[in-house]
Amino acid sequence: MTPTQEEYTMQFGIFSVSDITPDPTTGRTPTEGERIQAILTIARTAEEVGLDVFALGEHHNPPFFSSSPTTTLGHIAAQTNDLVLSTATTLITTNDPVKIAEDYAMLQHLADGRVDLMLGRGNTGPVYPWFGYDIRDSLALAVEHYALLRRLWREDVVDWEGTHRSPLQGFTATPRPLDGVPPFVWHGSIRTPEIAEQAAYYGDGFFHNNIFWPMRHTRQMVDLYRQRFAHHGHGGADEAIVGLGGQFFARPKSQDAVAEFRPYFDVAPVYGHGPSLEEFTAQTPLTVGSPQQVIERYAAMREHVGDYQRQLFLIDHAGLPLKTVLEQLEILGGEIVPALRREMATDRPAHVPDAPTHASRTAQQADAPTPVGGAR
Amino acid sequence: MTTGSTRTLTVVSAGLREPSSTSLLASQLAAATRAALSERGLDPEVTTIELREHARDVTDNLLTGFASEGLQAAKDVVAAADGVITVTPIFSASYSGLFKSFLDLLDDDALAGTPVLLGATAGTARHSLALEHTIRPLLSYLRALTVPTAVFAAAGDRGNHHTIDASVATRIERAAAELATLVATREATEDVDTGLHSPSFAALLHAS
Repeated sequence: MTPTQEEYTMQFGIFSVSDITPDPTTGRTPTEGERIQAILTIARTAEEVGLDVFALGEHHNPPFFSSSPTTTLGHIAAQTNDLVLSTATTLITTNDPVKIAEDYAMLQHLADGRVDLMLGRGNTGPVYPWFGYDIRDSLALAVEHYALLRRLWREDVVDWEGTHRSPLQGFTATPRPLDGVPPFVWHGSIRTPEIAEQAAYYGDGFFHNNIFWPMRHTRQMVDLYRQRFAHHGHGGADEAIVGLGGQFFARPKSQDAVAEFRPYFDVAPVYGHGPSLEEFTAQTPLTVGSPQQVIERYAAMREHVGDYQRQLFLIDHAGLPLKTVLEQLEILGGEIVPALRREMATDRPAHVPDAPTHASRTAQQADAPTPVGGAR
Repeated sequence: MTTGSTRTLTVVSAGLREPSSTSLLASQLAAATRAALSERGLDPEVTTIELREHARDVTDNLLTGFASEGLQAAKDVVAAADGVITVTPIFSASYSGLFKSFLDLLDDDALAGTPVLLGATAGTARHSLALEHTIRPLLSYLRALTVPTAVFAAAGDRGNHHTIDASVATRIERAAAELATLVATREATEDVDTGLHSPSFAALLHAS
């Protein structure tokens, strides 16, 4: 099936946080090596089943393996052709912005532009001192580091002085961004209005990883971002670039999905021991049931947050074995996403932008060779 | 929303059993405060939250980070109140875990500047000072304006037909009058703005 151009208005993909979690039904924990290989298989399969995006998290402590996302994404880039590679998230607080500028520009070249990144502050307090920072500076670090990162990508020679890292004199980050166009940046935040403000100020994307949150909260955060996006002069509120998280477990028969997923849900570090599966699915985007139920749930997301650009699903969670994850990917790419592409294209206003890509941003830059301020 | 002479009073009762001596004291304090507000020409609107009904949701909120709709409504009605009455059983020389967990889930400013009347119950009068050495400091930390008279009722204070010892009845009247006076001297709470706000980006940049 060849989707029409219209059907490509939204990007669909998956993200992984790279957790190594025991399978509660067998008690077995995959080795790091197995889990790393599994992620590579999952990413390749994502492309094979027709998804647009694969995003990988960054963590610096067990039970996670992904401390060096660009290494993994560079490997995946060499094994895929169309998949956009992204992060979920890149730590803008504890990474040196100079290294982020270098690493992701390099990845851009290797992946022929199929790269964007999602910045986050990180939710693991102990990480800050491991990298010489203080969690009390978290917001200030996110603001200062990103302001520097933008300059490193956009200015060939940077003189810079700030509060949180040593000054730079006549510094050039290499390689320069592919075609002179930096990777598109999404700012991920679950409950920090200042990050929505930051995304809006620069005209960057805003990603709300709503997987553990009720829609009323997600809507508030996205609304704030949209209003401030318009306030800062980047276009109408409905032209802001919005991404959402999500998670599901699907089987052809709804009751099979519930029966199979419940033992994972009940003890998962991120879900278990609190609300029941039924309560959690009622209150959050987690949907456990038939593909049609997943389609209906996610087709309705734009009623809460407006027409949006990117939908990423977490599917390799809660200790699900690789075989099961790959089956979920088949269902996602084979049934759910094609239906969602059609649903989301229906009545989508023409002025709502598509998800930014390297191609679209390169074309945009050619149209406007001397951008003045704001985002590009 | 409250306008003119209307004042909202929210009662938080952490009684666990049904019937509950904690809930009984809460309703007596509410009735006395309602009367005291009326005497001052105010029109009280009383909402009672029985935490027992939210016990599972409170635990779920601790684990998930968000409240169910029912619990959120309870949190909102506390934050929006012109005056609050809290009553907890004394367990192990302090407030009950459910009571503390509920307060832990309130927004930082939910009780800031709000007049609060403190009540507690226990089996014997030996627990009465827990009001002063655990509950009042907790509410002070939350920046509530606690009224000077706190009310403690022990099981022995109650007669056969839920009558109450005269000294406790006197304290109920006095505490209610103190709360009503504090509420009466203050403007009605505006609608609580639960929307999200951020400082402008210029302010963020300069703060960094």
